Amino acid sequence: MPIAASDVKWVTTPMIGLIEQLYVPAILQGLQTTVRHAAKAMFGDGAITQQYPEVEPKLPPNYRGVHRLNRDEQGRVKCVACYMCSTACPAHCIDIVAAPSPWPDREKYPETFVIDELRCIYCGMCEQACPVDAIELTTLFDLTGMSRESMMFDKEKLLSVFDETVKAGTDPIRTRAGRLGVASELPADTGLASSSSAQS
Amino acid sequence: MATVYVNDKPVDIGNEKLNLIQAAQKAGVLIPHYCWHPALTVVASCRMCLVEVGERKPDGTVVMQPKVVPGCQTPAKDGTVIQTLTSRAVDAQHQTLEDILLNHPLDCPVCDKAGECMLQDYTYQFGSAKSRMIDEKNTPPNKPYIGDNVTLFTDRCIMCSRCVRFTREVAGTAELQIVNRGHHSEIDIFPGEPLNNKLSTNVVDLCPVGALCSKDFLYKHRVWNLKTKESVCPDCSTGCSIHLDGNKNIVYRLRPRYNPQAQGHFMCDDGRLGYHYVNSIERFLRPTVRREGKLTPLPWTEIASLVRRGFQSAAQKDGTSTVGVLSPFLTCEEAYLLAKFIKGLSPQARLALDSVPIVGEDDTYPKDRRGRPTEPVKFTIRAEKCPNRRGVEAILRHFQGEIISFEQVVRDAVEGRVQALYLAAGYPPRPSGWVSDTQAQGLQRVPLVVCHDLLPSPVSNFAHYVLPGAAWAEKDGTFVNHAGLAQAIHWGITPTGEVRTDGQVFFDLLERRGLAHAPTVRKEMAAEVPYFAALAGSDLGEYGILLESSQG
Repeated sequence: MPIAASDVKWVTTPMIGLIEQLYVPAILQGLQTTVRHAAKAMFGDGAITQQYPEVEPKLPPNYRGVHRLNRDEQGRVKCVACYMCSTACPAHCIDIVAAPSPWPDREKYPETFVIDELRCIYCGMCEQACPVDAIELTTLFDLTGMSRESMMFDKEKLLSVFDETVKAGTDPIRTRAGRLGVASELPADTGLASSSSAQS
Repeated sequence: MATVYVNDKPVDIGNEKLNLIQAAQKAGVLIPHYCWHPALTVVASCRMCLVEVGERKPDGTVVMQPKVVPGCQTPAKDGTVIQTLTSRAVDAQHQTLEDILLNHPLDCPVCDKAGECMLQDYTYQFGSAKSRMIDEKNTPPNKPYIGDNVTLFTDRCIMCSRCVRFTREVAGTAELQIVNRGHHSEIDIFPGEPLNNKLSTNVVDLCPVGALCSKDFLYKHRVWNLKTKESVCPDCSTGCSIHLDGNKNIVYRLRPRYNPQAQGHFMCDDGRLGYHYVNSIERFLRPTVRREGKLTPLPWTEIASLVRRGFQSAAQKDGTSTVGVLSPFLTCEEAYLLAKFIKGLSPQARLALDSVPIVGEDDTYPKDRRGRPTEPVKFTIRAEKCPNRRGVEAILRHFQGEIISFEQVVRDAVEGRVQALYLAAGYPPRPSGWVSDTQAQGLQRVPLVVCHDLLPSPVSNFAHYVLPGAAWAEKDGTFVNHAGLAQAIHWGITPTGEVRTDGQVFFDLLERRGLAHAPTVRKEMAAEVPYFAALAGSDLGEYGILLESSQG
């Protein structure tokens, strides 16, 4: 619904006083953090150099690397071919061909699903757009290939990334395994029902 | 002169008989509606268009009715006051939407209608973001086969009954009906009597939600990726106005566009589903010349000068033996350019009209249950299966006064009186074909044959030059329908391969510089050919321009 004028709250920048106008305290405050980190690196045990590639870095689970296509409990591709990811994609790197699904519990599934990993900018918008949590970005980052074609990941390849990451136990933190996305759930579960929205 | 007050804004509606939805439309106010459609009867069953209505008395006092009324079945008269923003009207719309959404599944991501769905739009504008429904939704099973071209997702239906009324009132064949009652009502067919009339796919456009879907377009693409151009259906001389939806050089679907001068609101399935040849892989993709019996590709520049020189030398020897055959699938501008080229070679050179495909007889709707046409006629599928016979004939009449038929050309060719023949064909692949094998055999005696066509035919098997034509979806131009209505067509996709638009090829033959810009050529043609004088403006408008319709 369009935003009503009564719902808009205008915020103005507060005036700054004499101390703030000097800027020196703020600079010192900032330097404090720098000095703390420098000291930690020099004298503490916080050495941060990693011996890559001899030692594989352990990336945080919310890292945005190569995509994977998730499987449902029966091992089928979870994707429903709604094109939300390819619509959201700012790099236009997702190409889907939809077809009527061979399974009775679903109407549509992706016949082909290709991501151009070279064109992708790893922004994670596909993941956010997905209504069924079928596409996710994993912690795989060291992506190499001998040709452009080999970097076009198709459905099988993306599903195999899922199998690999599940085996390696490096599920992305965003996974809500076994549960569908917001759009597929009753509003009560999403917290929408409890929040007080302005009814016209 | 009647004045209606829409949200306190006075609007003059003249003497038109309008309902409140239409009157509000004149004021730029949208009253949401599902079951009402301008071409169908009013049932006021969806209750979406509830508004507050009153009357302004001559002394200026306003008397409002104490309840909301459906806008679709309330006539607007002088002094009618419509309030769509009062809390009573807003609450009514809100509650109606909540009721409709009780059983409507939230499967927008996999629904083909998403993006052009009236339920999505109205929920966004007039509804609520949340549902209070805690019980399970009704999920009646889908009906994948209710017709050859239409499938029904029963659970998405909101029971507006537009499709049922369409089959009863416009198609007349009344295949669809509502079975069961209340929240268990469903759209259905009688067993063994599917929705297979020639207008059946219109119910997909009429359906405000994604319940009825076209099997041809099902899951092919998402609608927000489609780019829409205004065009004209080329499959019969009715010349239905259409929306041409394409993306990435593929035509995905055609939809009817409202045009009171051409066909009204709808279009037939033959035209709607007849576009697939545009995407065909069998189409000619590059200009070729036959050398030692084989078609060899050549660049356009070379081939244009070869063809031009061939025709010039033939015309120098004998003007009457040089013949240009203009297909009724050419746009007026292209026909004009080709006629200029042929007549420019020699004033005696002849122009002919290519074969005009006639299939059966005019098919009118509505029909009764036994398939017999009834009066009054609401839709006509014409027997003449080409879009622009009248436009091409006007060009021929202007350039040589008479119209020579294709049969005459074939007879002349058999008698050896044709030395150079330019066949601007551009025909879609239809069962009968535009040229028979015997006709092609007759043409085989001509020493120089240029076949400018989309797809292989008996002529392209022996023609000396085979030039790839552009399909109607790739061209700009003008079509003149059976009643003399000139409508503009616009390109929706670009020609594939080395294909150039026919107009551009004729430009090259005429040694004109630059790009063939249809509106410019149209202006030139309007100045030269009196029949097209009315098209002198650059824009033909949404509904086209009715040319003088006394001839033909």
